[in-house]
Amino acid sequence: MKRALPAIWLVVLLTVPWWLQDQYILHVLITTGIFIIAAMSLNLLLGYTGQLSLGHVAFFGIGAYASALTTLGFDVELFGFRVVHQPWPAIIGLFIGMVVAGLSGYVIGRLSFKVRGAYFVIVTISFAEVTRLIALNWVELTQGPLALTNIPPYTLGFPGLGNYTLWSKVAYYYLVLALGLIAYVVISRLVGSRIGRAMIALKENETLATSVGIDVTRYLVLAAVVSAAMAGGAGSLYAHYLKIIDPDIFLFIYTVTMVIMVITGGKGTLAGPIVGGVIFGFLPVVLRPVAAPAVQWILYGALMIVIVFMLPQGIVPALQRSMANWSRSERKGAIAPLTDSAKPGEGQ
Amino acid sequence: MPARGVSGEVVLSVSHVEVHFGGLVALSDLDFKVFEGEIVGLIGPNGAGKTTAFNVFTGFLKPAAGEVRYRDTLLNGLKPHEIAALGLVRTFQRTSIFERNTVFENVLTGLHRRGRSSLWDTLLALPREKAAEAELADEAREILRVVGLDRRAADMAGTLPYGEQRLLGMALALAAKPSMLLLDEPVSGMNASESAKVMKLVQTIRASGVTILLVEHDMPMVMQVSDRIVVLNYGRIIAEGAPALIQKHPDVIRAYLGEGKKRA
Repeated sequence: MKRALPAIWLVVLLTVPWWLQDQYILHVLITTGIFIIAAMSLNLLLGYTGQLSLGHVAFFGIGAYASALTTLGFDVELFGFRVVHQPWPAIIGLFIGMVVAGLSGYVIGRLSFKVRGAYFVIVTISFAEVTRLIALNWVELTQGPLALTNIPPYTLGFPGLGNYTLWSKVAYYYLVLALGLIAYVVISRLVGSRIGRAMIALKENETLATSVGIDVTRYLVLAAVVSAAMAGGAGSLYAHYLKIIDPDIFLFIYTVTMVIMVITGGKGTLAGPIVGGVIFGFLPVVLRPVAAPAVQWILYGALMIVIVFMLPQGIVPALQRSMANWSRSERKGAIAPLTDSAKPGEGQ
Repeated sequence: MPARGVSGEVVLSVSHVEVHFGGLVALSDLDFKVFEGEIVGLIGPNGAGKTTAFNVFTGFLKPAAGEVRYRDTLLNGLKPHEIAALGLVRTFQRTSIFERNTVFENVLTGLHRRGRSSLWDTLLALPREKAAEAELADEAREILRVVGLDRRAADMAGTLPYGEQRLLGMALALAAKPSMLLLDEPVSGMNASESAKVMKLVQTIRASGVTILLVEHDMPMVMQVSDRIVVLNYGRIIAEGAPALIQKHPDVIRAYLGEGKKRA
């Protein structure tokens, strides 16, 4: 049953557009999926290396802007030179968005990992704010508060079948699902390997890790690059799905949303950001018919406090513990009669 | 002078090392050598500078002056992980393990540098990755067998009794494949039978060709396992020689009994 569960989930997820008629719910599923990818990327940094990046939205936004600008093209003056870029296909934008975000992750990783703890948090918040201000004020490139609009959808080329442009929600749903699965597999392979053990070792006991020959900076920077590239990919999906982005994409609230998804779901677990993402992605939908918007935010916050207070490790670790306890008690129940029968003389 | 039965090749060379913490002189003109295959005891009263010396040798602390060489490599300026990669590996005075991982995972983590798979092998789950992981798992099982923790492999490290946690700390260091091992008070807090087990393990490790520098307060143990002893007091070497000589050395007796000399 345990082994069949992922396959059952996959079938359910693959068939969603067949049985789900409500386009609004499908839209929520797509945006939730995009934020789950971003939360999974944050989890790699926060959950596995123990570094709290409160500027993670910067990588999301950089990916979104880089992808959109690659696709739309631009003509700007930079240090006295005109830089002109003709529009490229949107799918290349996705790739460029991930690369630019990954490179930003590298630079910030190299700079930030000189400092740890609260100082690292401050550096990441500052980085996100700087990127927001650039997006807001470099109007020639980003249109500033007027936003980048008419961002075209992705076009996928299939050998022998021609090109397919993702105009519909259903197409985006499958794209987000596919990229989400790839992100999940990449993270699970990383954390289950020698590289992941090194990352976890740094979180658990950095001094001990270095004493056995683990290069702290290398693995922290690697985690930052992979994490940033993934967040950049999520940002690109967001931009090409909504077809419009403005500097508000860098708002702190988006980072907070990702952190909440990771913490409540269970940081350092593969399923944590998914569970947290589904809960907090769908909460507004569930609350909408029963509560006014202001009340929704209060309930949203209250639920988060309750979860963190009751399950400090998060939902997934709590479920794992319950399952382990249940299977242990099941085993005891199965063994007890055998033990009794093995001692026929007793109790008679 | 190397102890009898060991090669004359210098493994660790410490030359005129000085460490100051503000006005406090933690190490002063520390100068000694360790030869291939030796077990050298580094002893001294509390605060003598033993752990500070370990921190300098393994790159956790920069000396104000002097040089430390491991074989032909100057260690000054190298990072701890670079020094560990050379084969100079340490354990810690306080129990140092990855508490929230299993015993087996701890040793696998210690084997990090032995892994041969690349990032792409991992991401693409290539056969090389599986083969490398299987090899590491075999090595981890062997190390656990050597330290006597094979039955504990699946247990969470933090749930082990104190003595076994100390043994796991040694297993982690062994996993890093040292050619020289710096053991910082390996039997502190252990009962007699646990200490005996560690002493036997130390000798087994040496027999496998690893040179050992041992900091320990358990004098019977140090005297029994060491080929040679270096005695520190207030950051200076006050005596160096065979255990039998050190036991009778007047300066050592004074340092331990607190007679005569006063702090400068």
